[in-house]
Amino acid sequence: MRILEGEKVSKHFGGLAALSDVNLHIEQGEIVGLIGPNGAGKTTLFNLISGAIPTKSGAIRFKDKNITGLKPHQICRLGVARTFQSVKIFSNMSALDNAMVGSFFGMPTSMSPADAAREATKSLEDVGLSAAKAIPARDLTLVNQKRLEVARALATKPELLLLDELMAGLTHTEMAETMELVTGLRDKGITIFMIEHVMKAIMGICDRIMVLHHGENIAEGTPKEIAGNKTVVEVYLGE
Amino acid sequence: MLIGRIFDILVAGLLMGGIYSLIAMGLSLQYGVARVLNIAHGEFIMLGAILTWTVYTAFGINPLVALAICGPITFILGFIIYRTMFTKLRTSSPSPAVFEANSMLAAFGLYFIIENIALIIWGSQMRGYSYLNVGVNFLGTVFAANRLVALISALVIGVIFYIILIRTRLGKAIRAAAEDSTTAGLMGVNINQVLALCFGFGALLAGFAGVLVSMCYPIYATMGLEYTLIAIIVVVLGGLGSIPGSFIGGFILGLIGSIVSSWQPSLAIAAYYVLFMLLLLVRPSGIFGK
Amino acid sequence: MNMTTFTSKKFLVPWLTSLILLVLLATAPLYISSYNIILVAAIVMYIILTVSWAFFSGPTGYISLATAAFFGVGIYTTAVLGKALPLLAVIAAGGLVSFVLALIVGAITLRLRGIYFAIFTFGLVELIKHVLLFWEITVTGTRGRFVVLVDNITIYYVVFGIFVLLLLTAYLIRRSKFGLAMQSIGDNEEAAAHTGVNVTMVKILTFAVSAFFIGAVGGIMATRWTYVDPYVAFNPLFSFLPVLMAIFGGLGQFYGPIIGAAIFAYLEELLLTKFPYYYMLIFGIILVVVILYLPDGLIGLMQRLRQRWQKGGLTGKHANT
Repeated sequence: MRILEGEKVSKHFGGLAALSDVNLHIEQGEIVGLIGPNGAGKTTLFNLISGAIPTKSGAIRFKDKNITGLKPHQICRLGVARTFQSVKIFSNMSALDNAMVGSFFGMPTSMSPADAAREATKSLEDVGLSAAKAIPARDLTLVNQKRLEVARALATKPELLLLDELMAGLTHTEMAETMELVTGLRDKGITIFMIEHVMKAIMGICDRIMVLHHGENIAEGTPKEIAGNKTVVEVYLGE
Repeated sequence: MLIGRIFDILVAGLLMGGIYSLIAMGLSLQYGVARVLNIAHGEFIMLGAILTWTVYTAFGINPLVALAICGPITFILGFIIYRTMFTKLRTSSPSPAVFEANSMLAAFGLYFIIENIALIIWGSQMRGYSYLNVGVNFLGTVFAANRLVALISALVIGVIFYIILIRTRLGKAIRAAAEDSTTAGLMGVNINQVLALCFGFGALLAGFAGVLVSMCYPIYATMGLEYTLIAIIVVVLGGLGSIPGSFIGGFILGLIGSIVSSWQPSLAIAAYYVLFMLLLLVRPSGIFGK
Repeated sequence: MNMTTFTSKKFLVPWLTSLILLVLLATAPLYISSYNIILVAAIVMYIILTVSWAFFSGPTGYISLATAAFFGVGIYTTAVLGKALPLLAVIAAGGLVSFVLALIVGAITLRLRGIYFAIFTFGLVELIKHVLLFWEITVTGTRGRFVVLVDNITIYYVVFGIFVLLLLTAYLIRRSKFGLAMQSIGDNEEAAAHTGVNVTMVKILTFAVSAFFIGAVGGIMATRWTYVDPYVAFNPLFSFLPVLMAIFGGLGQFYGPIIGAAIFAYLEELLLTKFPYYYMLIFGIILVVVILYLPDGLIGLMQRLRQRWQKGGLTGKHANT
C-alpha cells in the first residue's frame, strides 16, 4: 500500500522556490532516504508533510487520505511522527514525561495516566533509554537526546516516521547503534522516511533513495542506482 | 441635500484618514524597521497636540508654525528614547522574538510615563482652541477652514514623506534596513543610526498629526491611547511593515469612521475593532502584508 | 544522602512558609482592623491578578494586556446583577462572563503570532469601555451604576477564598494531563504540536481559566466602590500593574509574581490618594528599568546574588559543586 504520496508539491518563500512540483511515493514497510545538498528543500518537504508549514500548492496524501492543510497535531494523531534536525526535546521535563506527552496526546483516543505511563516506559525501552527515565532531558547526551526524540515519536504509535538527520553529530559506534535502531523499527512495522547527509547510513539501510536539488526531484532509485547516477554525483561533487 | 451629506462624510473621512495615515505611517516605520511596537505612539500625538495648545494660548503662535516647533521636539524625543532604551534592549535581547516582546512592554511603561507627566503638568481637563474656525465655501458646501487646512497639511506631509522614502539615499537606507537589517549593516549602513532615525521620524509624524488634531478636535492628556489603537489597527489593515499599506489603510479607516460617526459617533472605535476582528479572522497579513 | 536532604529542604521551606502565610491570611480579620483589612484584601486582589496573568502569559509567552478588560467585566457584572442575585452567584457570574469573553478573544487571536494577540488584548479595554458607554447613553439611559453594599470582612473572605481557589486550581492543573500539555508548549511549542498537543486549544483554555479568576476578583472588588461607570471599571492601569508586578517579581519561580504583587500593591494603596499621577509615573519608570536591567526580576537578581555569594563566600568544600 502507498502509505505516503506527494503530488506536485511546491513551496515558495517570497520569490524563492524552495520546492518545485515534487512528486513522491512511499510504500508501507520501506525505509526511504532523502538526500541532497544543503538548501535543496529536504527539511521544507518534511515540514509540509508534518504540517509545520501549510501546503498551498500540491497535494499530500497519507494512506489515501488528503492531509494537506491539516494541523501538526492532527497529522500526528493520524499516524505520522517526526524528529527534528535541531533536537527538539522538552528539556525541562524528565525523559519519561517527554515520552508521556506522546502517549497522552499523540493518539486519536485518550488514555488513562497509568496506561500512558506504561506506553511511555515501553517507548523508552524500545530505544534503550529505560535507565534514563527520571533524568531531565537537558542532562542527556546528544545521542540519548536524539533517542528520546524517537521514543517520544514512538509513543504516538506512528505508522510513518520522519527522521531529520538523525545521524548528525554521532560517533561511529553511536551511528551503528542508531542504524540498528532504525531497521529494528521497520521490522516492527513502521515505515521510515529519513533525511541524511551521512552516506554510509543512507546506503546501508535504505531500500530506496530520493534526491532533491534546488527544490526539484532529480533522481530516485535503489542505493546502487543512485550511487551510479551521473547527475547525482555531479551535483554532490560540484557543491 | 443627500449629496451634501455624502460630501460632508467624505471630507470628514478624508480628514480623519489623512491624520490616521500619518500616525499609521509613523508607527509602521517604528515597527517595520526598528521592530518596536510602540504602544506609546499615541503619547507623541498627544504631546504634539498639547504643546500646540500651549504655544497658541501662551504666545499666540499659529498652529501651522507650531508644526515646525512640535515636530522637532517629538523627533528628538523619539530619537533619544530609541538611542537609549531600545538600543540597549536590542543588544541585550537573545532573540528577535524576545526583543519584540520586551520592547512592547517597555513602550507600555513609556506610555504610562509620558501620560502621567502630561497629567502632572497640564492636568486632566479637556481643552481646545479656535483657529480658523470660519466657514469656507467650496463646491457649494461650507467647510470649516481649519479642517481643510488640516487635511491639506496631512496630505502634503504624507506626500513629502513618501518622496523622501522613495527618492533619497536616506530613504533607500531605511528601506534596506526594513528588509534585512543585518545585511544592510554589512553593506555599510550605520544600522543603529538608521533605526534611531526611523524611530525619530515615526515620532515626528505623530507630533505633526498631533498638531493637526489639535486644530479640529478636543485636547486632553489621556487622548493618546485611542490614537495608538487606531494606528495599530491601520497598520494591521495595511499589512505589518508596509508603509504604503498604512497610507491607504489610514484613509480606508477614516472613511469607515466617518460613515459610522455620522450615524453613531461613539461607535466609531467599535466599528474599527469589528474590522480588526474580521482582519484577524480572514487575512491577518493585511492588504499589502507578506 | 546529601542529595535527599538538599532536595527536601528545597521543597520544605517554600511549603511551610506558604502554609504559615495562608493561615495568617485566613485569620487576619481577628487581629487587623476593619479599615486595614480592606488594604490586605486589595493586596491579595493584586496577587490574584498577577498570578492569573502569569499563569497564562508566563508559560505561553503570549503577553496579555487584557487583564483590565476581564477585571472590568467582573466589576460590571456585579454592578448589574448585584442586587438581583446572592453575592457568590454574582461573583461566579463575573468570572464566567470573563471566561466566555476570553474564549472568544482566544479563538480569534491565539492561532496567530504573539504580536496580534498583544495588540488585540491591548485595545480590548478601550473597546469594551466605549461600547458600554454607548449602551448606557443610548439604550439604558443611565450613566454608571450603584453597586450593592457589602461589609469589609465579607469582601476580605471572598477575596481570600478566590485566592485559595486559584492556588488549588493552579496546583491541580499543573499535576494533570493538561498541565503536562501546558509545560510542553512552554518548553517547545513546535515539538508539542507535532507530538499531538492541540496547542491552540490549550492556550485558549488556559487564557480562559486565568480570565475567570480575574473576573471573579473584579466582581467582589466592585463592592469597594459605591458607584461605578465605564471609566472607573475599565482602567488600563489594571492591565499594567499585574505585568509590572510579575516582571518585577520574576517569572522564573511561582512565588516571584506573588512577591512582586505584594510589594507594589502595598505601595499603590499607600500612594494612591496622596500622589495619584506621580506614583503611576514612578511605576512606569520602574517597569522600564526592570525590563532593561532586571529581565529575571527580583527573584532572578536574588538568585544570582546568592550564587555569587555561595561561590565566593565558601572555599574548598563547595567551590567545585
